[in-house]
Amino acid sequence: MATSTETIRTGTGADLVAAEDVLLFVNAAITATGQREFRSTAYQQRLSLDFLHEYVRVNYRRVYAAALALDINDHNAVRIVQGLLESAADATAEEKRTEGRLIAARLAKLPPQRVYRLFRVLRGAKVNNRRTRAIMRDWLAARPDPAHDAVKYRAGLKTAARHVHLRFGGPGEPGETGDFLFRPGRRPRYRHQLLDAWRRAHYEQGAVDKLPFTVAEGFAARHGMKREVFLERMVPRMTRLERLRTQGQRSAGNDVRLPTDIDLTVMPLTRLALYVLSLGFEVRGLHRKELTHALRTAARRAAGPHAGSWGRVAAVLDDSYSSSGSGEKRRRPLAVALACHFLLEALAAPGAYIPLWTSGGTDPLLVRPWGPTPLGTRVLDALEHGPDRLVIVSDGWDNAPPGLAGEVLRVWRTRLDPDRRTAVVHMNPVYDADGFDVRHLAQGVPTAGIRDAEDLPALVEIAQFAEGRTGTAALYAYLDRQVARFVSGEKAGAHREQA
Amino acid sequence: MNRPELAGLAARPAQVWGGIRLVPLVREQPVEGLRLHREVYTGYGNGVVDVGPRTHYTSYIPHGFVADWSGEGARSAAYGTQLGAGTSPGNPPPRTARLQRNRHHRMAKRQPGDRLRFLPLHLAMEGYLALHFGGPAVAWEEWSRQALRDGLSPRAEDAYMGWSVRGLGDALRAFEIHPGQCGVMVYAADALAAAFVLPHPDDYRLLHPSLVQDLYGELVHQYALYGAPVAEFAARISDGPHLRTLAGLRAAARAQEREWAEAHDTLFARELLDTSYAFDRVYRMGSFTLWRFLPPFLRNGEGQHIGETITDHKGQVAYLKTFRLSEAQIRRGHLLHRLSDADWRLAQAAVTLGTTEEELVRRIRAAGFESLLRVGAQRRKPR
Repeated sequence: MATSTETIRTGTGADLVAAEDVLLFVNAAITATGQREFRSTAYQQRLSLDFLHEYVRVNYRRVYAAALALDINDHNAVRIVQGLLESAADATAEEKRTEGRLIAARLAKLPPQRVYRLFRVLRGAKVNNRRTRAIMRDWLAARPDPAHDAVKYRAGLKTAARHVHLRFGGPGEPGETGDFLFRPGRRPRYRHQLLDAWRRAHYEQGAVDKLPFTVAEGFAARHGMKREVFLERMVPRMTRLERLRTQGQRSAGNDVRLPTDIDLTVMPLTRLALYVLSLGFEVRGLHRKELTHALRTAARRAAGPHAGSWGRVAAVLDDSYSSSGSGEKRRRPLAVALACHFLLEALAAPGAYIPLWTSGGTDPLLVRPWGPTPLGTRVLDALEHGPDRLVIVSDGWDNAPPGLAGEVLRVWRTRLDPDRRTAVVHMNPVYDADGFDVRHLAQGVPTAGIRDAEDLPALVEIAQFAEGRTGTAALYAYLDRQVARFVSGEKAGAHREQA
Repeated sequence: MNRPELAGLAARPAQVWGGIRLVPLVREQPVEGLRLHREVYTGYGNGVVDVGPRTHYTSYIPHGFVADWSGEGARSAAYGTQLGAGTSPGNPPPRTARLQRNRHHRMAKRQPGDRLRFLPLHLAMEGYLALHFGGPAVAWEEWSRQALRDGLSPRAEDAYMGWSVRGLGDALRAFEIHPGQCGVMVYAADALAAAFVLPHPDDYRLLHPSLVQDLYGELVHQYALYGAPVAEFAARISDGPHLRTLAGLRAAARAQEREWAEAHDTLFARELLDTSYAFDRVYRMGSFTLWRFLPPFLRNGEGQHIGETITDHKGQVAYLKTFRLSEAQIRRGHLLHRLSDADWRLAQAAVTLGTTEEELVRRIRAAGFESLLRVGAQRRKPR
């Protein structure tokens, strides 16, 4: 496989094809999550993504592994790790070494529930080679508290431990966790508080609130505890997202308060945008100041060193009906657009930012997904301001009239701005299952997939390769740089925080 | 009046989903003084309608429309489950509406206040089914005794539910409603399947999903099933040397939108808008009138639509709903018209149709009207 890839890469035509395939895969790996989208079902999305993974894994294995170093989403990271471990026989020893380092670095960044699910899938697929066992053992050894995992991810840890023949109990810990998982009831009590709380929670309500929230929920239901009282007691044990999620249930009735126990300003930008959009218009209007402040702070943090360095920026932001996403990805495209709005405001030179929503609205906080997508007209409006950069955030379904945005951009590039004074880039948050890529607007305009607005500066960098003016060599050099940075533990681009 | 006046409604760019093309119709100003909303019935679409003494029919009736010309625009209670705060002394429970039984009195029925309830598409369909329903007016000996006694009864036509028209449900779900949109034209494989116009954009937003519960002819069903995906009319801007400024580019973009609107009215919807119809008044409500209409049943290969409409005092359409007849249905209407024009004399009808009497008899049988003919009618000596 590897040799055939090398021969393909020699011709220049094939060179371009390879570069296109790489970008296509990166776009898909950033946006697609195998969930239902506005215009395609979960099944279509999964089918399309499965094909793409297999195609790239077989033909461009090096790139496939290197994608782990980019800002791809967790779903695809897990898929890639699984694919690499399943087809270990296709890789050379050298490749395996690089892959192993990449996988270890990526697993360390993934949320634990995803990793445990990956381990379960690997066990289901009967992947149990020496490398897989070593990777799993290393990851498990690096977990800060095995007892916590044993309580919170009981089934996951059990499966993983069985799969790699893990021995619990070192010098400090006399095998409690192992007994907890595999021989429940053997010990009358545990020395570790969490394990003992789990034991006691079966018959004692007081022990429930010492457990992690997700575990405690089951016990609370078993004891018939009142939901409001239970949630109030669990607040200190909840993660930030759990606190936000239960906010509506904790406050009585349709209260219009913002959470007091959560600092919104430290939340990741896109998460925050999703939260803001989940609030009603009334609440958003009442707390305009706090919400705007939180969004601005998060955006400034995400912009980091790039803040204020982009010059005059115009943005065309899609808030058409299709940006409502689907039942599984609720308002995701709209949240990305909203987050991009605040991020671009921070990136642009002060006062030199022009946002244009497709609906014609001017209040970003009260944005709602409604109406058609007249992208062409809005792009024209944006170009009239003569910006240095034009950023279009849209799912690419330009329908009023269809294809006008592409035509406007094409004519602008070829006739009105041939020396590229304005840099145009299209960010697309939706994977198009039929096209095996995100939808493009026009030939000369680079399109990049986007999942979290925080990655915008890094993605704009990748999108330059799609313009076809930089060579394939530059793309591979870029990938190698990212891999080196990622493996050595530095953050590749702006890494998003765990919420 | 002999044709629907769609003045005040402008076509906007179409949205395509597979073989279905939906063309939004936008009003500058909503029609004053008329609102339309939906009334949901129990029985999952099984309905019975009393149309006269000891006469009723059973049909698929998912909902009725209520036209309200009182000018107040008072909303009825929302249907479906609602979540609300618990009841307390100061907080009375939300008003609940009892769903109507599935037995209805008449297709169009005045309700308390200035409101009229009618069953959408039933008026139009009944108009078509009742075409020369009385049967032969003169007792020529070719006609059977049953035909002279009962007319065309029983008369039946088939239609398909919107759910079973392939792609229509998805097309409606993914459709992005325009601001101010009051209507839509549905095309299946670029054949006009239905037109739906309402007086107010808010009414349209509520009734947009009801299109999937409507009736569609066999032709529409088959076109949607076997037709290939239709192409989008993407905008094209020719970049000649004249295009030097942004203003020029904007003008070219505007021209594209205008061209589409014109092309739609003259090319796509022409068969609906340029045919002259036979209008039949059903009900007069203030300055508005509810009509149903029948096409001329011409056999020129173009689509023929039956439908119902509410017009204001100037004859402009406030409400419109049409049903595209399939080829066999057009043939039946055509045949009945020709027979009636010839005073139900076979020989005369055969002459106007340019055919022989035997052939005409064959056509009557093929159209499903065999029970009209006396046994052995075609073997009689022509007179």
